[in-house]
Amino acid sequence: MIDDQRFGLARRVTLPGPLRLDSGAAFAPVEIAYETYGTLAADRGNAVLVCHALTGDQHLASAHPRTGKPGWWTRMVGPGRPIDTGRDFVVCANVLGSCMGSSGPASVDPATGRPYAMAFPVITIRDMVRAQAMLLDHLGVGTLRAVVGGSMGGMQALSWAATFPDRVRAAVVIASTARHTAQNIAFHEVGRQAVMADPNWREGDYYAASAPAAGLAVARMAAHITYLSEAGLTEKFGRRLQGRDAKSFGFDADFQVESYLRHQGMAFTDRFDANSYLYITRAMDYFDLAEEHGGLLANAFRGTRTRFAIVSFDTDWLYPTAESRAVVQALHAAGAPASFVELSSPFGHDAFLLDVPALDRIVAGFMEAGR
Amino acid sequence: MTQLRPDLALIAAHVAPGSRVLDVGCGDGALMAALRDDRGCDARGLEIDGGNVAAAMARGLSVAQGDADVDLAGYPDASFDYAILSQTLQTARAPHVVLDELLRIGRRAFVSFPNFAHWRVRLSLLLGGRMPVTRLLPERWYDTPNIHHVTVDDFRAHVAERGLAVERAWFLRGDRQTGGGAANLLAEHAVFLLARNHHH
Repeated sequence: MIDDQRFGLARRVTLPGPLRLDSGAAFAPVEIAYETYGTLAADRGNAVLVCHALTGDQHLASAHPRTGKPGWWTRMVGPGRPIDTGRDFVVCANVLGSCMGSSGPASVDPATGRPYAMAFPVITIRDMVRAQAMLLDHLGVGTLRAVVGGSMGGMQALSWAATFPDRVRAAVVIASTARHTAQNIAFHEVGRQAVMADPNWREGDYYAASAPAAGLAVARMAAHITYLSEAGLTEKFGRRLQGRDAKSFGFDADFQVESYLRHQGMAFTDRFDANSYLYITRAMDYFDLAEEHGGLLANAFRGTRTRFAIVSFDTDWLYPTAESRAVVQALHAAGAPASFVELSSPFGHDAFLLDVPALDRIVAGFMEAGR
Repeated sequence: MTQLRPDLALIAAHVAPGSRVLDVGCGDGALMAALRDDRGCDARGLEIDGGNVAAAMARGLSVAQGDADVDLAGYPDASFDYAILSQTLQTARAPHVVLDELLRIGRRAFVSFPNFAHWRVRLSLLLGGRMPVTRLLPERWYDTPNIHHVTVDDFRAHVAERGLAVERAWFLRGDRQTGGGAANLLAEHAVFLLARNHHH
């Protein structure tokens, strides 16, 4: 098992597929970039899948190979952490449609030898989950001890439980929702239009030339605002000026908050593909778990034996507590063993990635209870 | 097993083994854990305080943060064998609605509450002329969560008015049981087992 090339950091596999997509298309081959931590037990009962958010990656608990930054959830995942890699076998895969090594619009289409660009099929959250299921088949994992995710990762966790109820013993859904609301879709559409309005976008066919960085940066700026709380922004920046004593009476980044957002936007374009941003935001907008089950969310979980922990944050206005509560009520209506708690945090939606000790305790308790 | 509060121990002893239970206002899940571990029950909880919910989740219990006044509406009819409301009735904004909800969701309901007609409470108000602060009701008038004080006789009358059947009742002084006859005066605490009255 130790020399098994399927396990470890910075893995990549090409699965023959085809992957049947919600759009009706069949996609093949399916490349998946992923990492595994810990050791798969002989009875294969200790596998945990962690699902990343919109712009996340598979470098869950290891340093990013390019930036050298620590993994994005080392607080939660590692030896002795709430998701304990000393005992659990943890898998994190780059989602289908992304640009960190899994098949996405920037990948080369073997049929043409050129990047797919907009010829990449439109995908859904459930398609991402089906691709992950194919990966688990490849890894020899039948049933997951838990599937865990925040934000879009939480959508995948819910979709896992609804799509493969017999393969998921527990699901942890943090700062997430069972559907994108009109407001969620609206913010994403602003981002997509910013990308597509950039002359460098060229109908998505930019891989041989300059990327639409300006458009993608604006998209990221708009989205970033939705990840923070008003109080958090006020505390961090207020109306303070950036590196000057007086307003410039011009359009430089006078305010610290402007400077911060511009930096966030530009930094994002270094690591993310604009077309991937279009495809993944589309997948999130299409997500409505009730719609997939005759309009009634409880039907998505009818007869489930999966345990659920649903967590929201009081300052998250992107996926507010009411969305989590709707999920919990549907779970209870379906008779599912479900827990729910709203945690207090000043950080808005981003709280799931930041220092909220209560979240660690809850996840630790919930994971431990499933042993 | 850790020592349960007397009213909870009483309830735990009278829940049929293996039943499905909803504990409304479950606190840190002490009763639910006892029901699961000792009676093989499938228990769910509703609790308003996030810290308590976290503590209950850490015990492996299924607890949703929520408010009995608002969130019981989301539970389907007859989805539990028992709904339990311990020491929470007097904190509800609309206790009569909560009672109806308990017996819509559960086939039976355990309801426990501090008796506001206990002689110490009466004496305190009669002689002191101040809102009573006792062992069971330690908060003062302005910081008490108990906004609908109720007595044993009030509860009996209300249950009869609503056409609910009292299957059993227990009365507690400290951790000891006391008789039903003078309960309105002598009981600090009451526990009722209610059912929908099919003859009504």
